[in-house]
Amino acid sequence: MMRAVSAAETAPPVYAWAVHAEALVARAGRHVAVDRLDLALGTGVHGLLGPNGAGKTTLMRTLATVVRPSGGRLHLLGEPVTGRADLRRIRRGLGYLPQHFGFYPRFTVREFVEYMAWLKEMPKGAIPGAVQRAIDRVGLAGRADRRMKTLSGGMLRRAGIAQAIVNDPDLLLLDEPTVGLDPEQRVGFRELLREIGTDCCVLTSTHLVEDVAAACADVVLISDGRLVWQGDTQQLADRGGAGDAGDSATERGYAALLRAHRGGTGTTAQARDGQARGGQDRGGRDRDGSPA
Amino acid sequence: MTPHPTGALLSRYARGADGVDEATVWALEAHLECCAACRAALAGAVDPATVALLDEVAVRIGAGVAAGPGPARPRRLRRTGVAARTVRWLAAAAVTVLAAVACEKSFASMPSLVLLVAPMAPLLPVAAVWSRHTDPAWELVATGARAGLWLLLRRTLAVLLAVTPVLAVAGWQTGHAPARWLLPCLAFTAGSLALGAAIGVDRAAVALALGWSAAVVLPSLAGQRLPGVLDSAAWPLWTGVLAVCVAVLLARGAGRRAGPGRP
Repeated sequence: MMRAVSAAETAPPVYAWAVHAEALVARAGRHVAVDRLDLALGTGVHGLLGPNGAGKTTLMRTLATVVRPSGGRLHLLGEPVTGRADLRRIRRGLGYLPQHFGFYPRFTVREFVEYMAWLKEMPKGAIPGAVQRAIDRVGLAGRADRRMKTLSGGMLRRAGIAQAIVNDPDLLLLDEPTVGLDPEQRVGFRELLREIGTDCCVLTSTHLVEDVAAACADVVLISDGRLVWQGDTQQLADRGGAGDAGDSATERGYAALLRAHRGGTGTTAQARDGQARGGQDRGGRDRDGSPA
Repeated sequence: MTPHPTGALLSRYARGADGVDEATVWALEAHLECCAACRAALAGAVDPATVALLDEVAVRIGAGVAAGPGPARPRRLRRTGVAARTVRWLAAAAVTVLAAVACEKSFASMPSLVLLVAPMAPLLPVAAVWSRHTDPAWELVATGARAGLWLLLRRTLAVLLAVTPVLAVAGWQTGHAPARWLLPCLAFTAGSLALGAAIGVDRAAVALALGWSAAVVLPSLAGQRLPGVLDSAAWPLWTGVLAVCVAVLLARGAGRRAGPGRP
């Protein structure tokens, strides 16, 4: 039988950006990990790159509504994230894979994903089908009824991705999703990302520049909690010169941008590369720019 | 419903919609979905080779379904599996209460240990169900749409349903009126949730347990007499405390959005 499509699913989004941060400040403990960050992300797969301690995980946690922003403004899926806002609507459309993926070891994969679907307030009747679909998509169908504690690291990561995509999220946040995946699984995972990214905003943080080059259309580079550069993968590759460190064009581009940032030559405003998205970008600003 | 398609259109559609424009195909398919007669006409219009192929596919799928694993059986108790993590905390609470009963029965001269322990009995399990340290998936729970006051109340209720029967047995064995152990127990539970809105439920529960031990349990054990707050006559006090805590909890809870362990 065909799945019925509800009116809510076919309704066009009424927001310009799935993620829209202006001068966002977020703390990890007392440390200011995200420092006046401006970011606008629309539909597609975005790779979040940055050196260790750049604030990637804190940014992910803030966007996942785990950490409250301590300054600036943040809109997710068109809804403001403020002190006492009701986040349920955002959270229903959210998929999140934390860096440290905690799970209940006695649960089977199916039970765990079902529990997460329940937590995301999915309609009761839709849960079993959605769970099976999510498990199929990450290639764990043969192990759906095995307990989580018997899975290997790569399978756990895939179970984590399954729970993140079970509700067909509008905003999917994956923190280091490729850790522990073998090369073949990484290729499969990139396929999955591209597929999901056709109608959903995916932000995936990673240390592996090659993952970004292969799976992401758009790259966000942050360092010390600030946006260093945003543009598409080709532009990132073009940034690299012959003298930069790295084995591929993308890696050289990454190294060149970081070097320029550390040398103080690249400012956030100048480094924003997306000419193609420039006009759209301004449109989004104007639309959401009214004081809340 | 759209009008029935002509036989010519149906046969062209059955041959793979050659020469039929997309809008017509959409209209036809929308009609076919809700018209059994036209579906039957379509089945007749399909050429024999396709019919044979469809039959073969049906037979093979049937064989596959019969040979494959059965459908996964839904488990009603799935979500209580989450509570299974807290079994050891519940067991610790139960053992403490039962030890208090044994002590009280053996040493009649001491102040009632059951009454002294009852307010603290649910606190550790309550801390355990809403803490980052004991919930491995706290980060995921915190981003769920259900995170917040109602999930916390749900888990607390589960703890109370497990702890109260043990206390009831203890109260029955030692002959104390329910108001003397149940009201302090509920008041302390509500207090830990209300205070938890400010400092985190796990910290609030532990702080209340330590505070009660230091301020009431130790002095009454040292002084060999039960404090006035645990008399039968103190029930209005406990009811008042309970009401205030519940009011605070609900008032603060409206904007509450956090997951385990967070204010």
